[in-house]
Amino acid sequence: MFEYMGKEIFAEFGLPVPKGRMVSNPDEATQVAREIGGSVVIKSQVLSGKRGKAGGIKFVDNPEGARAAAEELFGMTIQGLPVNILLVEEKLQIDQELYLSITIDAAAKKPVLIASSHGGMDIEDVAEEYIIKKYIDVELGMQGFIANDVVRRMGIALNTPQAKELVKIIVTLYKVFTQKDADLVEINPLVISGEKVIAADAKVTIDDEALYRQRDLPLVEDRTVVEQAAHELGLSFVELDGDIGVMANGAGITMGTLDTIVYYGGRPANFLDAGGGTGEEGTAKALELILSRNPKSIVINIFGGITRCDDVARAFASVKSKVGIPVPVVIRLVGTNQEAGRAILKEVGIEAYDFMQDAIKKAVELAK
Amino acid sequence: MAIIIDENTNVVVQGISGKQGIFHTKQMLAYGTKVIAGTSPGKGGTIIEGVPVYDSVRAACEVHRIDASVIFIPAPFAKDAALEALEAGIKVVVVVTEHIPVHDEMAIVAYAKRVNAVVIGPNTFGIVSSGKCKIGIPPNQFFIPGSVGVVARSGTLTYEIVGNLTTQGIGQSTVVGMGGDRVVGLTFVDVLRMFEQDPETKVVVLIGEIGGNAEEEASQYIKDMTKPVVAYIAGKSAPPGKRMGHAGAIIERGNGTYEGKVNALTLAGARVVELPFEVPGIVQEILGKF
Repeated sequence: MFEYMGKEIFAEFGLPVPKGRMVSNPDEATQVAREIGGSVVIKSQVLSGKRGKAGGIKFVDNPEGARAAAEELFGMTIQGLPVNILLVEEKLQIDQELYLSITIDAAAKKPVLIASSHGGMDIEDVAEEYIIKKYIDVELGMQGFIANDVVRRMGIALNTPQAKELVKIIVTLYKVFTQKDADLVEINPLVISGEKVIAADAKVTIDDEALYRQRDLPLVEDRTVVEQAAHELGLSFVELDGDIGVMANGAGITMGTLDTIVYYGGRPANFLDAGGGTGEEGTAKALELILSRNPKSIVINIFGGITRCDDVARAFASVKSKVGIPVPVVIRLVGTNQEAGRAILKEVGIEAYDFMQDAIKKAVELAK
Repeated sequence: MAIIIDENTNVVVQGISGKQGIFHTKQMLAYGTKVIAGTSPGKGGTIIEGVPVYDSVRAACEVHRIDASVIFIPAPFAKDAALEALEAGIKVVVVVTEHIPVHDEMAIVAYAKRVNAVVIGPNTFGIVSSGKCKIGIPPNQFFIPGSVGVVARSGTLTYEIVGNLTTQGIGQSTVVGMGGDRVVGLTFVDVLRMFEQDPETKVVVLIGEIGGNAEEEASQYIKDMTKPVVAYIAGKSAPPGKRMGHAGAIIERGNGTYEGKVNALTLAGARVVELPFEVPGIVQEILGKF
């Protein structure tokens, strides 16, 4: 999700964000700068953490300066990503930069709040003694006393207006985190500006699995076109840079297949987990995706449990006779209904392998 | 002996009337699992695959002693189902369902901890105490009784490795699928500790994968184990920053790498194999020494 989208969510929950708006051309940028008045900051909206260093953020003093800066930024690419949207905001007076985030700690199986009085830089670069970590009990939730204590540990006097603001921000940020099914909510920097505390940046990442109940959220895809097509088919696909196409059933065995290809000196072209049950249509689409990477050979590794070998074989034979497959295919097929599956493959001229290592060795040879 | 479940475990199937529920109830019964009840709100009083169906877990518990539950309920409703089983006092809950939102998973795991119950999964193939009881979805024919304990994050990779063990006549005490998601009920350490104490288990096979730090934590415990551990870690060739099928299988900011895991396990004294089909040979070699 882009920064401006995160800030719109923050604003909706009542978190303080700078005055400003997203724009998609220099005219709008000039207009928004005029509305805000005075100095503004213009920030490229790309999904990259290195915007500042790449020159994607500019400070200007007036609307005409905003136009010039916007014209320059719209022509830029940052780490290969084109700049299509800018965020124009009031320039904040910065007294101190803080860091605040809530994410999921898989080992602790809990949310963890991370705070620091040293914000504005990558949290990985902040010295250990300035980082405050607080695990949150999901049944207890974020209580006021927890936020209070985090602020105390940040070294901010609790009797100041800034501390009161900060407690409110921590409690509210946790609401955003839970109500929006976030993997991560991050404010860096969180700026102390006079008596105010303002979220100068916003990073919000939503759990993919929860999108069915977060339909009102704006979405930015970070998958490639082919990966997105696979996602829509319910297949898990990752593009790699080799020349051996891969299809297997299950994430672990697919990884094991890639590892074995590399072990024998080959280079996989993709990761494709076809999942538990793949019918004829699914197999056809999966093969289409694999072929789109122009592999020199393809290895299919099926250990059928829930997946039935005859189903896989039938689907493959049908695709082969209807569409044709221009490169050699090696199939390892064992498990449920394996005899029936192998008989079907034999009819289309393919001898199935018993062991994955033999099939993979062959596929590597064929790619050379 | 075995761990977590055995021949006396009574099982309820939540979501028994769905396609998956019916199919796997049949398979579990064929394996010898004591599936004694099912639930499906509104279908109480019916019989599916010879198993009595109830409207709720509480209703089933009023009639039967139930030791474990297995959940075949779609992701949006899985949290409710898991909490229902836990609230009814069931101490082993197997959540097969995949694609459950991580916030729901954290809620399930937190409540299970409070009521002192074991959650297997979410996104797991389940658990098999070979020859005694199977709860979940793995194919029956690959599991034969023996002395190898297996703990894994991935399903089909487990079938591959257990299938190879079985082909070579090496049976298993219990095979545990912890689940492929980021937040799951069990840790490797939880399961290793149980295998260490189980008299039937002589060797432990740990099947891990890139991402997270579960294998590194396991290494800390393996150092102190008396039983030998053979480990395979999937994802040696995976590029950083890409999710390899499982939500948890991703190398982020240099964490969760293959090398880190292999080093930790090797230092702890585990035998780490490079490829999945090398496991049976090493296990055979170790078993030969007993």
